[in-house]
Amino acid sequence: MTETYTVQRWTRRSVTCTAVLGALFVLLLAAPALVSGNVVNHLTTLFVYVILAITWNALAGYGGLVSVGQQMFFGFGAYAVIRLSAAGMPVYAALALGGAASGLLAWGLSSFMLQLRGGEFSIGMWVLATLVQLLVSLDPIVQGATGTSLLALNGFDPGARRDDTYWLGLVMMAGVALALFLLLRSRLGAALQAIRDDEGAALSVGVRVAPAKRIMFLLAALGAGMAGSVWLASSISFQPNTYFGVQWTAYMIFMTLVGGIGTFEGPIIGAVLFFAIEAAFGDLGVWYLIGVGVAAMGFALLFPQGIWGWLDRRFALKLLPVGYVLRLQSGGPRGLGRGFARPQGAAKAPTPELPGEMRVSGQS
Amino acid sequence: MDLLNDLLQGLLLGGYYALLASGLSFLFGVMRVINLAHGSLAVLGAFIMMVIYTTLGISPLAGLALMLPVMALLGVVLQLLILEPSLKSGPLVPLLATFGLALFTDNVLFSVFGADTQGFAADIGDLSYNSWSIGPLYVSQLDTLIFATAVAVLGGLQVLLSKTQIGRMIRATAEDEDAARLSGVDTRTVRVCASALAMVMVGLAGAALGARGSFDPYAGGPQLIYAFEAVVIGGTGSLWGTLIGGVVLGIAQTLGGSIDTHLTEIAGHTVFLAVLIVRLGRGGGIGSYFRTLRMRFV
Repeated sequence: MTETYTVQRWTRRSVTCTAVLGALFVLLLAAPALVSGNVVNHLTTLFVYVILAITWNALAGYGGLVSVGQQMFFGFGAYAVIRLSAAGMPVYAALALGGAASGLLAWGLSSFMLQLRGGEFSIGMWVLATLVQLLVSLDPIVQGATGTSLLALNGFDPGARRDDTYWLGLVMMAGVALALFLLLRSRLGAALQAIRDDEGAALSVGVRVAPAKRIMFLLAALGAGMAGSVWLASSISFQPNTYFGVQWTAYMIFMTLVGGIGTFEGPIIGAVLFFAIEAAFGDLGVWYLIGVGVAAMGFALLFPQGIWGWLDRRFALKLLPVGYVLRLQSGGPRGLGRGFARPQGAAKAPTPELPGEMRVSGQS
Repeated sequence: MDLLNDLLQGLLLGGYYALLASGLSFLFGVMRVINLAHGSLAVLGAFIMMVIYTTLGISPLAGLALMLPVMALLGVVLQLLILEPSLKSGPLVPLLATFGLALFTDNVLFSVFGADTQGFAADIGDLSYNSWSIGPLYVSQLDTLIFATAVAVLGGLQVLLSKTQIGRMIRATAEDEDAARLSGVDTRTVRVCASALAMVMVGLAGAALGARGSFDPYAGGPQLIYAFEAVVIGGTGSLWGTLIGGVVLGIAQTLGGSIDTHLTEIAGHTVFLAVLIVRLGRGGGIGSYFRTLRMRFV
């Protein structure tokens, strides 16, 4: 047996896809010069949804933590912008720091919240979100439920402001996606994907589960805070009830579940789909929310792998290289090497049963 | 004397929270599922009761008597359609599915009944405002009734679980499903019964919610939070811990509210967080608390 294995990360398809995404980013950067203001506004909304979906999936899909309280970080990010701006900070600097404020809050909370398990963590986060909302409403600058506005933005030309907000959203979305992409490709990424597949098993083979979860928790809070800042920049007004509403979490769950929880591409597809559904049915108001609830139930129970998870399993699509492809190179007679990894490389080889990216391919 | 009155009102409010928490805690004990739709289902119960007694033109109490079987039936449906399938597929699915159910329930209620706040106060006559006066203190009859109901529910549950055949089956299913099945227990049916029972408790909590104040289609979220807080605070690891947790939460809210109305909820959440941090700091973790709870409770 002279079988050897090479671990491959980039496939031709993923190289192409990454290049396409890079080109798309450049195109999107130039979009305000190319499309109407209305389209720019819509795209900004889409970016916020993508940020929310990616980061919620990072937390639930990879960290195994279902938070129903991410609206806390969304609202707190926006609130931090209001506060920083009121304290005299240039408004765009404040907008850039909103996410960091939420990350800081999450860092404090992570010391005890991450010890909670399952549903306890879920509701615990919701309680915290309610508490933060109540405390923010007490701030005289917010004026209770009435809310306030990011007045500093009124000094800018509406057109320029719209474009600036768009670029802010685009850069933050790309930054969050890139950060998660690099994290998943790092050593930590292997740990995260192991936690995703089986937390107990990951712990038993020496994966340091707690730090990995903490990083996902911080990333998710950072992302939600950024999304809140961008939302504030595009709507200007800040009402605690809207920003701290649990519907944000409902949207995140919907986008992630429909797209495919625990996959990198899934939530992005989910966000685009949610954006399209909202554009088509948002006018239906409450019936649209009923549909979101039914879809969340239906996907969780009947189709838990989501659209991307299904496509991935069915067609072995791998658009972005966050996993490993193991290729078997047989030096002996052809056919001997067929089958799955067992010898030398096996220690590093993932088992063939794992869903998603970790897949052992047969003889190439 | 104000302080004494606040403590008394907090104690009585705690009865409501204990009643609200009993269904959540029981379902968790049997199935290890935290039902994120718990609060929304309690609000649904209140709406069902209101519809029954207003359309049939009967007394609210008769409406309650008819609502509870409906809730039990909903419990069966909930178990068969949502909980049973989700139990098989990992720890995330029950949370996601019940959250979807909460969103669905809230918005269906909103589309049918609109945003108006509802309440039974006008229909339950004297009960809504009658009180006994003990010296300078006033004890609301309704709040006392709700407190007594909570005690009766928790006591009844204890008797059911420790003395009856179905109670033993529920405990066996919760402890070790495979062993229970080997001993001839139809665990699937047992879980259906447990879910129906939990929903009856949820229905009682919904009736209490409507009788003692107002509710609207989106009142479910806060009710879930209060119920969860009561369960966590009452961490003595016994059936009656739920009652103690409810009372502590009620007193915290009443005392906070007596300082400033804004502080009502903040005080409750703060006590919850403080208990949580202290308990986690002791290293046991809330998970082990729930495990001890399950051992004694179920």
